[in-house]
Amino acid sequence: MSLSHDPADKIAQYAHPERLVSVPWLQENLDHPDLVLLESDEDVLLYETGHIPGAQKLDWHLDLNDPVTRDYVDGERFAEVMGARGVSRESTVVIYGDKSNWWAAYALWVMTLFGHPDVRLLDGGRDAWLATGGEMTTTVPEVEPATYPVVARDDSVVRAFKEDVLEHLGKPLVDVRSPAEFSGELLHMPDYPQEGAMRGGHIPGAASVPWAKAADEDGTFRPRAELEAIYQQEQGLAPGDEVVAYCRIGERSSHTWFVLTHLLGFDSVRNYDGSWTEWGNAVRVPVER
Amino acid sequence: MSSDPTYTTDLPTPMAELVEDFTAVSEADRLQMLLELSKELPDLPPRYSDRTTEMERVHECQSPLFLAVEVERAGPSDPAVRLFFDAPAEAPTTRGFAGILHESLDGLSPAQVLAVPDDAPYRFGLATAVSPLRMRGMVAMLSRIKRHVSADELADGAR
Repeated sequence: MSLSHDPADKIAQYAHPERLVSVPWLQENLDHPDLVLLESDEDVLLYETGHIPGAQKLDWHLDLNDPVTRDYVDGERFAEVMGARGVSRESTVVIYGDKSNWWAAYALWVMTLFGHPDVRLLDGGRDAWLATGGEMTTTVPEVEPATYPVVARDDSVVRAFKEDVLEHLGKPLVDVRSPAEFSGELLHMPDYPQEGAMRGGHIPGAASVPWAKAADEDGTFRPRAELEAIYQQEQGLAPGDEVVAYCRIGERSSHTWFVLTHLLGFDSVRNYDGSWTEWGNAVRVPVER
Repeated sequence: MSSDPTYTTDLPTPMAELVEDFTAVSEADRLQMLLELSKELPDLPPRYSDRTTEMERVHECQSPLFLAVEVERAGPSDPAVRLFFDAPAEAPTTRGFAGILHESLDGLSPAQVLAVPDDAPYRFGLATAVSPLRMRGMVAMLSRIKRHVSADELADGAR
């Protein structure tokens, strides 16, 4: 049984208001038996320092990435990760995290690869909860494991591979890294390993729209009209466009993927998770500076 | 170098003891130990506390970390390396890495610090608990520390 949508005005204006909840909604629904609350942070220890009561940890590296191949976990492992947290296919999952929900958006995107029906972000993430004086605890909840079905991961809809991007060249690409990463100048800084990329610059034709433009100063998403101004008016993107977003490893671009797909209603956005750590190392792919 | 990840005989004593503590427990307990060390990381002394912009920023860390290295050469005693770190409370892993290095290296002689193998951060059994990618921050911190100490040694030799 899915939980109700957040009726807040700001959220109702987005294309898919069922994908976002506000702090007041969470406060109200925190004890709902069908809700599973997950925290997903950049820092692997932040959850342990204190989290929203009832929240469980979902770590992007340890839980969602395959430990050997550079890929996400398979359906069996995903079912284990979800089941252990008491998530069933019917659960309403709300994810929140640090850094304006970078990693929470990434986790939500990975859950989308497995087609989890009802997964939402907490607008503003961890900081928004703290800003309203929300209670924090270090108590790890004891949850009853659930049976999550083994679902095949579907990489064909919201995920782009390098070969897909090569075929996509000429259509809209959004590079969400910082301007210095986009221009390639960061490679010239001394003593900086650059996450191992051999070349600096961006994929030809990409527009530079740093992910943080979509976030307000408090880390919540900007209202729909402001997002439309950034992506549709300034960049000329249209909701019917096929768009590929990328960054360094696909985490910041998950944030932009969420904005374009769920907040603005674009229907064909893919996240290129190989991103610059693949493209900037690949032999003979075109690079623009 | 040995392929045994718990090899400690080439580490300075405080670091070897800490490696033994970490590798004796489960991965979950290692994270708790890292969290404890993050809490125990000493505050900056007053002479640095409002000058963090003058300290070195370690870019490889996912979160900002500031590092200062001093070598005490006062009096007849052997020179001692002093380490000063600062990282925000919202970055407990970075603080924990700094805590490991502080506990392991603060007070050692420059020669002892320079002899620490560059792969020492991987001896704590943390790579699978925090992910290999996240270990880079600690590797970078160690190399910055050694570079500072090495530069100080050169300067001292020229004095």
